[in-house]
Amino acid sequence: MAITTAPADVAVVDDAAPQREFRRLPWVSFAVIAVLALVAVLAPLIATHSPTEQSLPDKLRPPAWQEGGSTKHLLGTDLLGRDVFSRLVYGARVSLTVAMFALLSGGLIGLAIGILAGYAGGRTDSALMRIVDATLTFPTILIALVLAVSLGAGLGTIVLAITVIIWARFARVVRGEVLTVKTRDFVALARVHGCSHVRIMAIHIVPNVLNTFMVLMTLHIGFVIIVEASLSFLGAGIPPPTPSWGQMVADGRSHIASAWWLSALPGAAIMLVVLSFNLFGDWLRDWLDPRLRQV
Amino acid sequence: MLLDVKDLHAHLRTRWGTVKAVDGVSFSIEAGETLGLVGESGSGKTMTALSLLRLLPEPAGRIVNGQVLLDGEDLVAKSEREMRRIRGRRISMILQDPQTSLNPVFNVGNQIVEALRVHLGRRANGLWKRAEEALRRVKVAAPQERLRSFPHQMSGGMKQRVVGAIALASEPKLLIADEPTTALDVTIQLQYLMLLKDVQARMGLGMLFITHDFGIVARMCDRVAVMYAGRIVESGPVREIFKAPRHPYTAALMASVPRMEARVHRLPSIDGQPPALHRLPGGCRFAPRCSYVDERCRLEYPPAVAIGRSHAAACWKVAP
Amino acid sequence: MQRFILRRFFQSLVVLLVVAVVVFALARVTGNAADLLLPEDAGREDREHLLKALGLDRPMHEQLARFLKGALSGDLGMSIRYRKPAVEVFFERLPNTLTLVPIALLSAIVISIPLGLLAAVYRGTIIDRVSGAIAVLGIATPSFWLGIVLIYIFSIQLGWLPSARMGGPAHYILPTITLAAFLVAGMMRLVRSSVLEVLNSEFVKLARIKGLSQTVVIWKHCLRNALIPVVTLFGVFFALLVTGAIVTETVFAWPGVGRLTYEAVIFRDYPLLQAVILLKAMIVLGVNLAVDILYAYLDPRVRYS
Repeated sequence: MAITTAPADVAVVDDAAPQREFRRLPWVSFAVIAVLALVAVLAPLIATHSPTEQSLPDKLRPPAWQEGGSTKHLLGTDLLGRDVFSRLVYGARVSLTVAMFALLSGGLIGLAIGILAGYAGGRTDSALMRIVDATLTFPTILIALVLAVSLGAGLGTIVLAITVIIWARFARVVRGEVLTVKTRDFVALARVHGCSHVRIMAIHIVPNVLNTFMVLMTLHIGFVIIVEASLSFLGAGIPPPTPSWGQMVADGRSHIASAWWLSALPGAAIMLVVLSFNLFGDWLRDWLDPRLRQV
Repeated sequence: MLLDVKDLHAHLRTRWGTVKAVDGVSFSIEAGETLGLVGESGSGKTMTALSLLRLLPEPAGRIVNGQVLLDGEDLVAKSEREMRRIRGRRISMILQDPQTSLNPVFNVGNQIVEALRVHLGRRANGLWKRAEEALRRVKVAAPQERLRSFPHQMSGGMKQRVVGAIALASEPKLLIADEPTTALDVTIQLQYLMLLKDVQARMGLGMLFITHDFGIVARMCDRVAVMYAGRIVESGPVREIFKAPRHPYTAALMASVPRMEARVHRLPSIDGQPPALHRLPGGCRFAPRCSYVDERCRLEYPPAVAIGRSHAAACWKVAP
Repeated sequence: MQRFILRRFFQSLVVLLVVAVVVFALARVTGNAADLLLPEDAGREDREHLLKALGLDRPMHEQLARFLKGALSGDLGMSIRYRKPAVEVFFERLPNTLTLVPIALLSAIVISIPLGLLAAVYRGTIIDRVSGAIAVLGIATPSFWLGIVLIYIFSIQLGWLPSARMGGPAHYILPTITLAAFLVAGMMRLVRSSVLEVLNSEFVKLARIKGLSQTVVIWKHCLRNALIPVVTLFGVFFALLVTGAIVTETVFAWPGVGRLTYEAVIFRDYPLLQAVILLKAMIVLGVNLAVDILYAYLDPRVRYS
């Protein structure tokens, strides 16, 4: 090998430089996520009651371990006598379903726009990026609220609302990634061979940004769950009586002094799940795509 | 003797383990003299330089042994506070890349004055006048206006002159130049080298010139030390080493520099790569790439053998 | 510089126009504009009357022109719930938000910048770990829940602080913490990573070579450079703050524009919602414009290009 110029030897110890770090898999987060997924899928088997069945005589029962609680309602009952545990279990299902659809829709739109902007470059790029920037610096939750009010609450509406909120985050990162992939030789080679632009994007660009895309998806699960919960809390989510965690927190809010479990438990569930997804996402990013650390 | 480095060892903790970046390096520099420190990337040149200033990357880097005598005072034993009075005032350094050496958010004057203020005191008068002087010293045209410019408004060559001005502002005795022209356009490299040489002569500076380019060594240096994998493998007067390099690595390095006069079809290159510093071979570190290697080379590190008055090489094949 | 600001100004106008059109279109696309604009108990005649009065029987472009013209003259319709012009309701509530949001923003900045800086400078030490843990928890905690937990602990259990509505200084403490919490988490991480980057830069090395002390190196050379990404992302932070204010004001029954937004949603008061959104959009865009000017001041590369 010839002696060539390279950056100063300091680079050897540059800790800020992105490098693959083989961190251990965050087992606790992983376990929480696995349990959550299991609960969501098997909700009817795990829940002890119907999540919507009311029983006014049983209302506001505390959790089993508190005085006045019974094992019949493990985590107590709410204002209408519905079983909190069962509502939490079905709520997991709602949260995950919404998160999945919203991520897919927002993620794919962001992916498409990011690829288009990065690949096309020039005016298309700067126009699209201006829209992305405007979206990022705009409290898009306002648009989401208008959507909920005008279209009426429902799964479709909330997925659309979250899509509006998250697509730009995907577009921005994907576009940056495409810009670097685009300059690689195999893209130039493909063009020399007469590949069409669509084909180059599909065959050469997409597979190369897929890692980044997967990491971004994982990193955003927690965020999407929080957005969904916040929208539900504000009365713009999945309409009652379907249980959702955000709405459960909202319902219990005015009874916090007498029935702490109504708000505290679903809130804690949100926090735990989001925390787990975030830690898992951080790990995945460090493993698959450490350059994303700044995102 | 202006600078006398004795058996300097500096280690770096990295995620692959402890790296002996500088592993028993000794050299000296007289006032007005230029020593070239030559080697591939990763051979420990920059780490050696940073050790002299006690500016190894924190907290990974550490000087574990040896002495750095500046006018007879051992810098390794100094406290951080004492070192601050030495940096800039007695030893200064020019970094490789002028594009990133200057702080983008402050104007040039601010950054020169700052260097002066540290050493002349907060209340010193005429700092801006002196800053202008410093720019004039490195032959910057219209220095008064330049003081108010921001780095992004200047060319690479101009920026490197400003870095030079900052380094020389407090009139140090020793200047370390770490590949100062590598990042410059070829056309202004020579200009910059001549400027450095001129300033050195006027100020009587001792200079440690780090490079990987033997062409520059020939132009700039009085003596040269060749570094490989953290150690100096050969050192001596430039003239002598150019005439007869004794260490196979020095010879190979010189052979890989293109020359105008010789017609070569293919430039010779050194096979293999420098060893990873955290997994050094047991014997001579160049052994795996050396064409003259034998059994002893692989087992034992060769001692430095003196050849003539100030020429030495660490190789088993060198007969005194 | 002036051109840069002028261009940004026009971009803001375009964004505002887009938001206005979206809000306008959403009410019509669904085909029940009158229902959205009417109270739920309105009769058939009211409906006919409204259709005429609002020109909803007119072609779409005419309606849009009329809507925009109204918006320009400050008329965004009547709030159904308050039976007053929506714009008027908004400006009655705005001062209450303007006392809360700046305090929260300021607290967030005052806490997160030094903490992020210290975490970077003392990387790997206990300071870094603790602030890292705070950041991770802060990002995972929904602010509406944090507010409720704070009320439970400090108002109900300990009885130290008021739980709702405006009042003396004590009333500000819990809402400020709630609103600032997730900003602190985000900003701290950003400051930390940008300081780390700057600490590794060549100009910091040169500053040390000059003989500058650690204090000067960090507070002069690092801080200003590290603040650039924070200012760049300020728009994003401000958007988060506006979002957070809706939730926080709802939890603490704070009579500001955030709570007003919530009320508009809950009572399906579309005229009020559309007014709130357009006016908030104006404020957000105005703030972002101001930040661009600040940015140009911090970074001479922008100032002189």
